[in-house]
Amino acid sequence: MYTQGLDQQSSEDKKKSARDSGSSEDAAALAAFQKRVEAEEKIEAKDWMPDAYRRTLVRQISQHAHSEIIGMQPEGNWLTRAPSLKRKAILLAKVQDEAGHGLYLYSAAETLGVSREQMVADLLSGKAKYSSIFNYPTLTWADIGAIGWLVDGAAIMNQVPLCRCSYGPYARAMVRVCKEESFHQRQGFEIMLELSRGSEQQKAMAQDALDRWWWPSLMMFGPSDTDSRHSAQSMAWKIKRFSNDELRQKFVDVTVPQAQFLGLRVPDDKLRWNDATEHYEFGEIDWQEFHDVLAGNGPCNRERMAKRRRAHDEGAWVREAAEAYALKQAERQAA
Amino acid sequence: MSAKGWPLYEVFIRTRAGLSHRHAGSLHAADDQMALDHARDTYTRRMEGVSLWVVRSDRIIASDPAENAAFFEPAEDKIYRHPTFYEIPDGVENL
Repeated sequence: MYTQGLDQQSSEDKKKSARDSGSSEDAAALAAFQKRVEAEEKIEAKDWMPDAYRRTLVRQISQHAHSEIIGMQPEGNWLTRAPSLKRKAILLAKVQDEAGHGLYLYSAAETLGVSREQMVADLLSGKAKYSSIFNYPTLTWADIGAIGWLVDGAAIMNQVPLCRCSYGPYARAMVRVCKEESFHQRQGFEIMLELSRGSEQQKAMAQDALDRWWWPSLMMFGPSDTDSRHSAQSMAWKIKRFSNDELRQKFVDVTVPQAQFLGLRVPDDKLRWNDATEHYEFGEIDWQEFHDVLAGNGPCNRERMAKRRRAHDEGAWVREAAEAYALKQAERQAA
Repeated sequence: MSAKGWPLYEVFIRTRAGLSHRHAGSLHAADDQMALDHARDTYTRRMEGVSLWVVRSDRIIASDPAENAAFFEPAEDKIYRHPTFYEIPDGVENL
């Protein structure tokens, strides 16, 4: 689903970055690296790369992976209550895709030298961040539609340029992810379409979901460019191709006409088309809410983390059994 | 995702008969059979393949990118291995 946390640096990272600025990393090697990046050559796992590039990628890719894993929860909430068998099968497939995306991304991060165990430990301890969007509750079935349409739509906006990221393993993982996201977004829009063509009650449900998910979806693009600490460096390294605000604008521009098609109202009084710029103008995001949710104080942060920890603990016996079985098989083969 | 760290496997998929297997990604598994099962669930949920290979990553012998220049140097000055090296006069056909 998505990556926003890329702008969230841990205190450890900050210390390391401070050290780097006076580091002994060979200036010639740095220049050669930058030249490769600018020539649009892909950087592969075993190639030399600056420490800060490696750390930025580890942070971004692991946060992205964690987001996919936590992102299964809001939708998982409706698996047993989907309105039809067809919807249930589709939702199950989508949630399974999110797990798959998490795995592609963890694998990509591992190529940079960080272990899976470390990343999982960082998520469970609360040290690692994940996208703020998953800390909002899914109160009605329409929320499943809104998530597919808006949240996955925002994710696609973010992820398509990541397919051209300078780091090969991340770019390749994103190609797979993007192919699959497109089904996610369409199934969400279809749910919204059915509801908005349904009874007054169903239409109200769709409107309510849009009201609640619109602003959190815009927040998925991360802080505004003026406050985004890592954007410039990430752009220079060609990890990022567009700034947060550029992507947010693109998302608004393509999504507003879709809302109009659905006959739903985007909950923003300042929203209007600007003929001169050929873009929509929209209101200011509530950045206080954004920072609160990132800091762990959103509506569902504690619930999401508690559930993930419980799932990890309750799966311990399965992992142990698999290891015991593998050991037994190996011993038998040796005998 | 184990406490002990299951080995890493690389996954290769043959997308259809007639094509060679191609690297798709990697995964962790406790044993070979689990690696194959997880590879199916992780990398071929949409019928992306007709054949899967998994191989433990630590069994792959790889060239060192830092040595690329020296390692691949022998091929560099042998442009006569390419057909474009040879000059064929106009009028000669089927060559």
